[in-house]
Amino acid sequence: MNAPLTIILTGALVAASCSLVGTFLVLRKMALLGDAISHAVLPGIVIAFLFTNSLASFPALVGASVVGIATVFLVEALHRSRRLYEDTSIGVVFPALFSLGVILVSVYAGQVHIDTDCVLYGEIGLSNLDEWIVGGKSLGPRSIWVTGGVMLFDLLFVLAFYKELKLVSFDPDLAASIGYSPMLVHYLLMTVVSITVVASFESVGSILVVAMLVVPPAAAYLLSAQLINMILIAIAIAVASSAAGYAFARSVDCSIAGAMAFSAGLFFLAAFFASPRNGLVARIVLRWRLRERLTRQLLLLHLKARVTVEEARTLQPEDLVVRFGWSRSRIDRAVRRLRANGLIESSGGRLWLTQAGKAALDREGTAVLAHR
Amino acid sequence: MGISYTLWNVLLGATLLGLVGGVLGSFALLRRQSLLADALAHAALPGVCLAFLLTGQKSPGLLLAGAAATGVLGALCVILIVRGSQLIKEDSAIGIVLSVFFAFGIVLITKIQRMPSGNQSGLDKYLFGQVATLVTEDLWVMCGIIAIVVTTVAVFFKELRLLCFDRAFGASLGFPMRGLEVLLTCLLVMVVVVGLQIVGVVLMVSTLVTPAAAARQWTDRLGSMILVSGVLGMFGAVTGVLLSSASDSLPPGPTIVLVSSFVLVLSILFAPRRGILWARLRERAVRLRIRRENLLKDLYTLGERSQSWTVLTPLHTLTAMRGQPARELRKNSRVLAAQGLAMLSGDEVRLTESGLQAAEKVVRKHRLWEVYLTRRLELPTDHVHRDAEAMEHALTDDAVEQLEERLGSPVLDPHGKPIPPRIRP
Amino acid sequence: MQSTASFLSGSKASIPPLEVHDLTVAYRTQPVLWDIDLSLPEGYLIAIVGPNGAGKSTLLKAVLGLLRPLTGSVKIYGAPYAQRRSWVGYVPQRESVDWDFPTSALDVVTMGLYGRIGWFRRPSQRHTDLAYQCLEKVGMHDFALRQISQLSGGQQQRVFLARALAQEARLYLMDEPFAGIDATTERAVLTVLQDLRKEGKTVVAVHHDLQTVAEYFDYVVLLNMRLVAAGPVGTTFTQENLQLTYGGRLTVLSQAAEALLAQRPGVKEAEMK
Repeated sequence: MNAPLTIILTGALVAASCSLVGTFLVLRKMALLGDAISHAVLPGIVIAFLFTNSLASFPALVGASVVGIATVFLVEALHRSRRLYEDTSIGVVFPALFSLGVILVSVYAGQVHIDTDCVLYGEIGLSNLDEWIVGGKSLGPRSIWVTGGVMLFDLLFVLAFYKELKLVSFDPDLAASIGYSPMLVHYLLMTVVSITVVASFESVGSILVVAMLVVPPAAAYLLSAQLINMILIAIAIAVASSAAGYAFARSVDCSIAGAMAFSAGLFFLAAFFASPRNGLVARIVLRWRLRERLTRQLLLLHLKARVTVEEARTLQPEDLVVRFGWSRSRIDRAVRRLRANGLIESSGGRLWLTQAGKAALDREGTAVLAHR
Repeated sequence: MGISYTLWNVLLGATLLGLVGGVLGSFALLRRQSLLADALAHAALPGVCLAFLLTGQKSPGLLLAGAAATGVLGALCVILIVRGSQLIKEDSAIGIVLSVFFAFGIVLITKIQRMPSGNQSGLDKYLFGQVATLVTEDLWVMCGIIAIVVTTVAVFFKELRLLCFDRAFGASLGFPMRGLEVLLTCLLVMVVVVGLQIVGVVLMVSTLVTPAAAARQWTDRLGSMILVSGVLGMFGAVTGVLLSSASDSLPPGPTIVLVSSFVLVLSILFAPRRGILWARLRERAVRLRIRRENLLKDLYTLGERSQSWTVLTPLHTLTAMRGQPARELRKNSRVLAAQGLAMLSGDEVRLTESGLQAAEKVVRKHRLWEVYLTRRLELPTDHVHRDAEAMEHALTDDAVEQLEERLGSPVLDPHGKPIPPRIRP
Repeated sequence: MQSTASFLSGSKASIPPLEVHDLTVAYRTQPVLWDIDLSLPEGYLIAIVGPNGAGKSTLLKAVLGLLRPLTGSVKIYGAPYAQRRSWVGYVPQRESVDWDFPTSALDVVTMGLYGRIGWFRRPSQRHTDLAYQCLEKVGMHDFALRQISQLSGGQQQRVFLARALAQEARLYLMDEPFAGIDATTERAVLTVLQDLRKEGKTVVAVHHDLQTVAEYFDYVVLLNMRLVAAGPVGTTFTQENLQLTYGGRLTVLSQAAEALLAQRPGVKEAEMK
């Protein structure tokens, strides 16, 4: 397999599996627990490495996952003991464990070939050099096997527990009341997150892991209303980010993992501004339209409630400027629209409610504007 | 020869950082912004690189200005993402800013490292910090920042307390809460930026939050919490630096963090009042008292049938009453015996004279409470026993007397059993 | 001379403590208060009553300038809130703050004086004495130095009330002062409110318990996103108006009906447990 393909595939597999489990972290408002785990597993990795001399071995996975779970447990124990707030618990636990890892790396520098920088941004660029050799026969790059295996594992986990994960993410109380233990599902999810993080660690480093746990799912959250779509879109964004990141890193010669994470950020930015339903642009347009409708509603109510028949023909738009503090153009737009609908009439700069408008208002209240 | 000079610089720098970190960390902690501080630290990294790329210089002031700029931008992005999307929660927003800004920083750092110009290195010290590179100029910058932070906190202490505790009330009094928030965030950015050189991006959050979290355990006042937090921050810094200078393989940043974390663990376990250890001991004492009071009461109820309370009762009879194992009962009986309330002979136990008085007191509380529940709250008689089981251990002597008075000194409980009279001393 | 004096006193009496004109408030784009017009009389205990989501707290927050209204204006004694801050006391909902905050009851009450103390100055002994007096009024003198998390819910509510008393305002705005408290606190709060009325102060409180409206308050504002009715309890707190306020919500309606029935003695005590 050639180098670019191996690198992109490794990145894509890591990104996809992180996004898959990250979706549930984002939905459960636990994104930062994923962040904490990906920092805190370092001592577990180092210790496992000391024993097995390999990063991607089974004992390393187990060792580091145990530390990952311990992190979650510690954060929750501190929070539940009511001595610390939840965010504080996260903020004290993961730096402590990460520091422990860095010190272990430094103390056993002779035996552990982990560079502290590499912990952060990995060695994905070298992933095609390390081949998995069984019985003298090369089976291709090892990173593909490891990350592919994790992807498969995560996929199986989500398929097996889809219903439970969905329920616990959206309504933990309901889940508990009908017999699914949110605690159990929570710890299962955290175990899977830990395994995913650890397995991805060697190839891509912690930044890509953290980024892919949070950024594609968050972008997908803005683009879809359904869980299944959200997962699929998150994975698509994750894969696209790794390809784009690779191309970017090649063209400017920089960290590939960093570029992949950064690309994911750009995808998020795009979704944040341009999502058809939840994007900032769409929201601003919607807000404008609702504000305009509100202006018309208030104007109608005002005409109906406060203006007696005699007064009606003397009410001028300027009075409304004073009364509501609206701009003249805002009032003019509302008046134009309401006139077009036949609800009010104006003549010589004066406004009044038409008979039709009054009748409609009496009949439907302010809902009168819902379809006009 | 140069050792003492470097070590002095390192010690001074780390201590000053510990002090301001601890002070401002208290506010970050109380405003639930521990992790925003983390995002801010990560977001500062690309600023350092950009400043270097744009100017080609490595003057600390310039790099720090860059760090401050992107740090602020990162904090703004968190707010913008939460407000603008109305869907992404704060935790995700922090995660996004933290990882994407940091990734951008890594992109820039690796780019700079691979550039042909020779003076590339030195930027990666911002990842994990590198105290050894501190020069006197850096220390002066830090002193300036500390002066600003300490003065601001002292001058606006009252208003900052209002901001942290009850923002809406503060706003209703007319204090510009938004302005104070901006002020506090600016201070935080300044501290984070100077901290980057010492502990680095990744561990900066700990410098802020860990001493504050420990300080919170020792005191219930904001002012003293800030002071203690500053002192603990300094302590962690000094100890960490000294440990790391005594060893070849202990990097200072992580060592400082570990020392502070150790102090935090000790604080959570052993701080007076809030310490988990003391809480556990208090709970245990209460549990034991409840068991002993139950034993007293059971002995009393058994004696009630024969109207003689000081005959020996076999332990297995008591086991039958509450389902407690004999071993447990024997242990409790021994404690009662040691207090002179009971006598234990072999497998049989009996109340002493003072034990009987103590038992009457417990039974009195139980039965009076039953009367209260049935009479005043009109609960049916078969519903009151369990509640009274709990209240008999909780009611104070004063409360019982008041209760009796309010109930008009009843003689019988709702089940028709006599209520023991008050013991006149 | 005399005419000026009578004019002044006359005008003073005629300026309502709280006037709301054409007030529309929206969270994001969803209006929660529609076109409210309201003028409240001085010297009464006034309840704001309405179903959940009716905009009761929103009304208070808009009055205090904590929310920016879409339209309309608020006047306190004839002037915008910004000019009348020192005349207004505020009791937020108890749940709105973190009671684990490292501070004492006395500190919290002293916060009520911050507006008067002003920038840069620290509370003096005089201010501390004042805060103690306010704690005394709500029966919390002995708890002054307790950390606030060590107080019961009712005691916390009384601390909040004491803080508002420290503001020495003419108009008090209270968000659910009777929510989730014990019987002792309920009596203490009521006593404080009645004392305030005796001093000629005006109290506007969001209230959730229909059963006690008639007993505790003189004047009622019925709110359900719009103003349904406002007036003296005797004439305004009627079955018909409640029906308008609560719409088809049967449970609340039956509760309302109960509230209007003469209360059986003994029932209330049974419910306080």
